[in-house]
This record gives sequence, structure tokens and C-alpha cells, in this order.
Amino acid sequence: MAIFNLNINGKKQQVDTDPDTPLLWVLRDHFHLKGTKYGCGIAQCGACTIHVDGVAMRSCSLPISAISEQKIKTIEGLSEAGDHPVQKAWMSHDVPQCGYCQAGQIMSAAALLENNPNPNDTDIDAAMHGNICRCGTYLRIKAAIKTAAKMG
Amino acid sequence: MSTIKTSIARRSFLKSSALAGGGLMLGFSWLASCQTKTEAEILAMPKEWFDINSYLKIGDNGVVTIYTPNPEFGQNVRTSMPMLVAEELDIDWKKVLVEQAPYHPKNFGFQFTGGSRGIMSRWEPLRMAGASARQMLRTAAAAIWEVPVEEITTEGGMLFHEPTNKSAGYGEMASAAVDVPVPTEVKLKDSKDFKIIGHSKKNVDAHNIVTGKTTFGMDYQKEGMLIAMIVHPPAFGMTLKSIEDTQVKTMSGIKDVITIKSYPKDYQKGSFDANAFPEIVAIVGSSTWQVMKAKKQLKVEWQPIAASTETILGFRGDKQTKHIPAGLESTDTHRSQMEALAAKPGKIVRQDGDPRSAFKKAAKIIERTYEAPFLAHNCMEPLNAFAHVTGDKAMIAAPIQIPGFVMPTLAASLGIPVENIDMELTRMGGGFGRKAYGHYVLEAALISQKVNAPVKLIYTREDDMTNGIYRPTYQATYRAALDDNNDLIALHVKAGGIPESPLFANRFPAGALDNYLAEEWSADSNITIGAFRAPRSNFMAGAEQSFLDEVAEAAGKDPIDFRLDLLKRAKENPVGEKNDYDAARYAGVLELVKEKAGWGDNQTGVHRGVSAYFCHNTYAAHILDMTIEDGKPVVQKVCCVIDCGVVVNPDAAINMAEGAITDGVGNAFFGEMTFKNGVPEKNNFHQYRMIRIGEAPKAIEVHFVENDISPTGMGEPPFPPIFGAVANALYKATGKRRYRQPFLGEEHVLG
Ligand code: FES
Ligand code: FES
Repeated sequence: MAIFNLNINGKKQQVDTDPDTPLLWVLRDHFHLKGTKYGCGIAQCGACTIHVDGVAMRSCSLPISAISEQKIKTIEGLSEAGDHPVQKAWMSHDVPQCGYCQAGQIMSAAALLENNPNPNDTDIDAAMHGNICRCGTYLRIKAAIKTAAKMG
Repeated sequence: MSTIKTSIARRSFLKSSALAGGGLMLGFSWLASCQTKTEAEILAMPKEWFDINSYLKIGDNGVVTIYTPNPEFGQNVRTSMPMLVAEELDIDWKKVLVEQAPYHPKNFGFQFTGGSRGIMSRWEPLRMAGASARQMLRTAAAAIWEVPVEEITTEGGMLFHEPTNKSAGYGEMASAAVDVPVPTEVKLKDSKDFKIIGHSKKNVDAHNIVTGKTTFGMDYQKEGMLIAMIVHPPAFGMTLKSIEDTQVKTMSGIKDVITIKSYPKDYQKGSFDANAFPEIVAIVGSSTWQVMKAKKQLKVEWQPIAASTETILGFRGDKQTKHIPAGLESTDTHRSQMEALAAKPGKIVRQDGDPRSAFKKAAKIIERTYEAPFLAHNCMEPLNAFAHVTGDKAMIAAPIQIPGFVMPTLAASLGIPVENIDMELTRMGGGFGRKAYGHYVLEAALISQKVNAPVKLIYTREDDMTNGIYRPTYQATYRAALDDNNDLIALHVKAGGIPESPLFANRFPAGALDNYLAEEWSADSNITIGAFRAPRSNFMAGAEQSFLDEVAEAAGKDPIDFRLDLLKRAKENPVGEKNDYDAARYAGVLELVKEKAGWGDNQTGVHRGVSAYFCHNTYAAHILDMTIEDGKPVVQKVCCVIDCGVVVNPDAAINMAEGAITDGVGNAFFGEMTFKNGVPEKNNFHQYRMIRIGEAPKAIEVHFVENDISPTGMGEPPFPPIFGAVANALYKATGKRRYRQPFLGEEHVLG
């Protein structure tokens, strides 16, 4: 066990845990930030996607020991009132079915738009390739990303 | 307007159930269509609620809470079911709050998700609940205003008496309505008067989902809760022998290592008790990662199972005998086993005319064999359940499709009466049939009972993928006899699988042919199987629709006209009496898809495949456009027509059809589970290929046949025919017919 100081959604946090604990389980078990999901544990599905210093990363494969000063953002911290352009676009296209993959999808999409405000289909396919949606909402995801891009 | 007898329970569970209070807040969502805080604040929460019946309560300010009875797994019944109540209550959708009902069959009837039967089974009862509440409000207003009840009209949550110019909101009359006797009969609206049904409403949970606030089973949290994981045998055909846990028990955070037996001796299992691994190990600890690490260290010895025979109580009350063979099975041996069985005479399940002599005199015979592998459901949310067993009481919160089916087993295994078990129905991160099999709920409860603590059981992805309850592997051989005029004079289908046959003997093209023969066979297996989105149909549709395409081609006919000719025969002069489809509605979806997709307007480089199917009481037809880019098939567009009667929430229904189509394309291209000596050869997404965003159809267009027929299913029917559409388009694109799924597998590039 060891103490780690973290910056999660703009708040300073502290956790005492094994250094190899993946960030995913720190978020879920220690801080009860359950919006970030477990889907595979091996960086293959994207359900656990978060932002580390603005970069989309798979929290299931990121040991807590690799984190120090970086700013961690989860779905709960993407916006105060759920009004990030990606969230708004997701609602206007009514993207979710079961919804389980959607936090990860949204985090990947938000990071994409941060780097590339006007992505084309190929850019979207590449950036979102790591996020599986078992319910098959891909078409709406793509449409929502384009809408969010327009909202700026 | 139709008058129907009511059967609504008074709302009583709040008083009698331990779920009163906090428990009921599960799945609570803010105003249905009013999802941002500021808007929500416009309508303050009421000071007092009045329970009108088990499905709804009305606040003194006119806000209505509707309890949505069935568990949600992505089909969006948490929106569409309350829409049915709200329609007949005649309330403004903006004033509706939706709350998930707990498991309580006395108040909420058969609470289930599966078989595309949710809306179908709730169509009348939920509208009745709304209509009877409206009637009670009118009766209350009539008494207070001293006017005849017939003169009282309603609109948008208001009551009016025009002759005296009186009006009141539902909230004002709610307290009086509570004392009105539940009417014995109510009138339901004509479909032309619908204001909510048939008008797209946004998903009531969308805001919570996009902000990460929705509680799935996996997210359920209770004070003092421990985390449990299971270790099941690495192979089908194996069971627990012994464990060596001394080292693991010393690991940090580990509380206990136990073994559990899921079923009491001689327990009469039901068909949803299927479970290949009834004896397993459980590790219990304080945090997920600690338990995961311990799980890797645990030493377990396994031993082969002995062959056994069980009597299973089917859900229609029928008893079936099931043989479970010993041994370690492999995909290779399954294939040779299927080949051998297919070569022997099967069990004849339907015969019309004289197929044997028709084949003898045929000018041309076409024979093709289709095969498909086992499939894993791979719901994005792995299996999990929360349980807290204390003495003779149990509290469960689980993502489960058919809670009522696990209840008797829970009661028997825990030794607790059913009425002492409370269950919350959490949102499911997908189900697809997998979460109808509640062994994981049972395991959570048994673990909690044994360690005497609240426990959340979590399956890892690997546990989930290798636990069984797969879509079975199937095979079907079709034979067609054509005469000198290229007319189809006989059809023979012989289908089987491990461990069940996929055949539906009375489906199209049965009924359209004078000479028809259907045979089936199956072989026992110790690999467990279960319902998977449109069970059996999900294979038969692809095989049948690929075959009809090939026969049409051999006969020199357009594939749609060829099917329509057969359907015309089935409609005008059907053969046999048991045909289980409506030929006119079947033809209807084909005709409409032909028109909507502009069939016949061929574009260069675009290869079209058509397919249609009837299952789960609904008709679906697709035309799929494929191109080849860099040697890879790309689905450019799918045009889809569905006849499911009245469509309650059109945009949500379109979303589900899009999902079913994408799911179908994915499974047709890549879906496959294989076995080697009993071991599932894929255990996570690095091995099990799932369709990803770049492989999904680029466009999907969904059309519904407009009619007044009571709604039927939506989640499953668009799924099976897509396999045929993919196969037929692939043939057009590559010149090669595909007979074995998955069509692409690891072969990424086409020649
Ligand atoms: S859980 Fe991290 S990528 Fe799947
Ligand atoms: S919405 Fe269910 S997995 Fe994406």
C-alpha cells in the first residue's frame, strides 16, 4: 500500500492503495465515481476511457503509480451541468441504448474534438475505434460527434 | 374506442415491502422530458403524493410518477412503457417522472425483458392503468363539482366541465381520486386520438447516462459492501475438486475464500437455471483489484464431470429430460459430429405432399449446407449482482431480465421463503438473452449468506465470456427441386445443432409449396446454451434467405419477385394449416423495401443483397448495399422495413433497429466462439472480434409499415434477416456464396 495524491475533476484527492491498482478501480472503488465503466480490463473496449491531461486513456490499464501531477477527468467532471457539446449532441441524437459504453464513447469523442474540431468520417473511425458499443449505436455516435463539432 | 375490463392492483407495496424509502429511488430519473436542472426546478417536487394505483401516483402539483414495470436493458422500455400509461391518463409528458418498479409481481405482473414481448404484453394493461386513473380523477371531479361524470373531459393533466366552466389540475383532484373505487371497466382511446403514442419521446435516462449518473448493476453500492469474484472451471466438462487457499487468504484485502454449490440436491431446475458450473470457488475481499489479484494466485484442482441426466421444468410447465455427457468437447469434433448426424435420417417434423417423388422427377436439384458457430453474448456490462442475506431475509439488486425465474431457485438455495426476498431491478448494460439466466444472482446471494455480509459479485470479462449460455452451433441443409419451367416444386430442409435444433418447421416457405419436408436432429453437449437475440431464428433466417437467393438465381428469377410469388401462393392457397406467419404482411415488408430502396436502380460498384424474415410476431425486410474498398466489404447502407404494428416510440424503435442491424452485420462478419478440449478459445475482446465503428453500416434507413395492429416486438426481428442480406450482398460483391459463418473471420481482405 502507498499514498497517492491525485487531481480528479479539479479536486485534490488522496488514496492509500497498492501501486499496481489500475486507475479504473481507484475511481470506482475508492471515490465511487462509477460513471467510468469496466468492460474488459485489457484496453480493448474503451468503456473505462478518461482524460489524463486532456488525452483519452484507458483507465483499466493505467496503474495508479503512473499518475502524479496529471489532471484526471472522468465523465462526472466533463461538465458541471451535463452541457458539454458532446453531451448535448448525444442527447439530441438520443444515442444511448443500454448506455453502458456511452461514458467511454463520450470521453473519447470529447478528446477527439479537443484535438480536431472538425473531424471527418475517417478521423472519427480512427479515434473511436477502441470503443465497442455492443448495442450498435455507432451511426448515432458518428452523427452526434458531427453535431457537437458544429456546436463548437 | 374500446371498453375493457380492468385488473389494476391498488398500490400497496410501499407499506408492506422493505424497499420503502431509499430502495425505490433506484433508477429514479428526473422529469421525463425536462432534463436539465433549471427546467426541472420550474416544477418543484410535490409536497404530497397520492397513490392512485400500482403504476402511478399523482403529486399535489400535478406531477405524475409512473412506475415502469419491466427491467431495462437498452430497449428503452423505461420511456415507452410510461408513454402507454401517460397516453391514457391524458397527461402532459412534461409532467411525468419515471421510476423503476422493484420486483413485485402482485403489483406489476410478469416483469421481464425478452422475446420482444415487453410492449406487446403491456400494451393493454399499462393503458388500462392510465385510463382507470383518469376515470377515477373524473369521478372525483364530478362528485366535487356535482355534475355528471360523462360531461367531464380531460386534456394534458387538466379536468374540465365546460357547461359550468370549471377546471382543475389532476393534482387538485388527486386526493379525492384516491378514495374512488377502481372502475371495473374503462374505455381506451382510438389510435387516431393518440398524442403520446406514436410520437417520438427522448430517452428518459439520456441525461443520467451522458453524465455518468446511471446506476447499472455493476455500479450498485451499499455501505460495508464487499467485493466477490468467482473462479469457475477452465473447461466445460470439468468441476471443482479442491482448493489450496492458504496463501491467498493472507493477501491484502482478502476476507475469505469459499466454495459454493448453487443448487440443493434434487432441486427441480427450470430452463433458466442452466449453469455448466454449479460448484465454484468465490473470493471475497474489500476492493475489486485486490480480489482480482487473489483470483490469479488461487490454486484450484479440477476434475472431470460424470455424465448425468436432469429433468428440467420448461417455462410453459412442460418437463424435458436433458442428458449432459462427460468429456471435453472441441469445435473440430463438433463439426464432424454434425456432419455425421446430418447424413443420417432426422426426425420428420413436417411433411406436405410427396416431396420424395417431387425430387425424383426434378429437372434440377440444388443442395446447400449452412453452418454457424457458437456465439457469446458479450454484453458490455459483465455479469454481476448485489446481495445481502441476513437471517431469513435477502435483499438483491441485480441486472436481470426475468427476475421471476430466479426467485424460486434463490428461495430454495438460500432456504428463505420467496416473500422474504426483495429485489431491485437495476439497469442492465445489455442483456441479449444472457441476463435471463440468473445463476450469478444466486451465486451472489449464496456468497453473502456464507460470509454474512453485503456482497457485490463481479464477473471479469474473462469469467463472463467463458461461462457458457452461448448461442448454439447450428447446421442446415436445404434442397430445392426445380422442374423444367424452373418452378420450385419441392423444398427439403434438414437442420440441427449442438445441443438443439434451430428449425421452425411451420415458417415460410412452408405453406407456399405443395411438397415440403422438414427434418431435425441434435446432439447432447456439456456446453451450456441459452437465448441469444432471436434464438434459432438468428441462424435459420440467414440460411433460408441465402438459399432462396441462390434458388431464385438458378430459376432465373429476381430474388424479390421469387419470394413474392411464393408468398402469393401462401396467401391465396396455403398448403397445410399450421403456417405461423401472415403471408400478406410478409409480402408487405418486401414490397415496401423494394420501393424504398429503389430495387433495380443498380449503381456500379454497389452490390445489393435482399433478405426478409418473420419472427417474434414481427416482419422485417432488408436491402443491404455493399461495396468493396481496399479488398474489404463495406456496408454502405441498409434499407429496412418493419411491420410490428403500432410503433409506440418511433425514434427509439429506429435506434433499436439500427442496433440490431449493426449487431447482425458484426456477427455475420466476425462472431464466433470455438472450443478446444472443453476450453473456450476466446476469453476477451483481443480474441473475440466485435464490430467496431469503422465496420458498421455507413447508413441505415428504417421504415415502418403503418397500421393499427396492436404492437409486437422490435428488439429481435430486424436481427435474423441481416445475416441473409450480408451473405447475398457478399455473393454479388465477390462472386462467391458464403455457407459458413463468420463470413470474414480473420480473413480481412478479399481477393
Ligand atoms: S475496460 Fe478498459 S478498455 Fe475495456
Ligand atoms: S449503448 Fe449498450 S453498449 Fe453501447
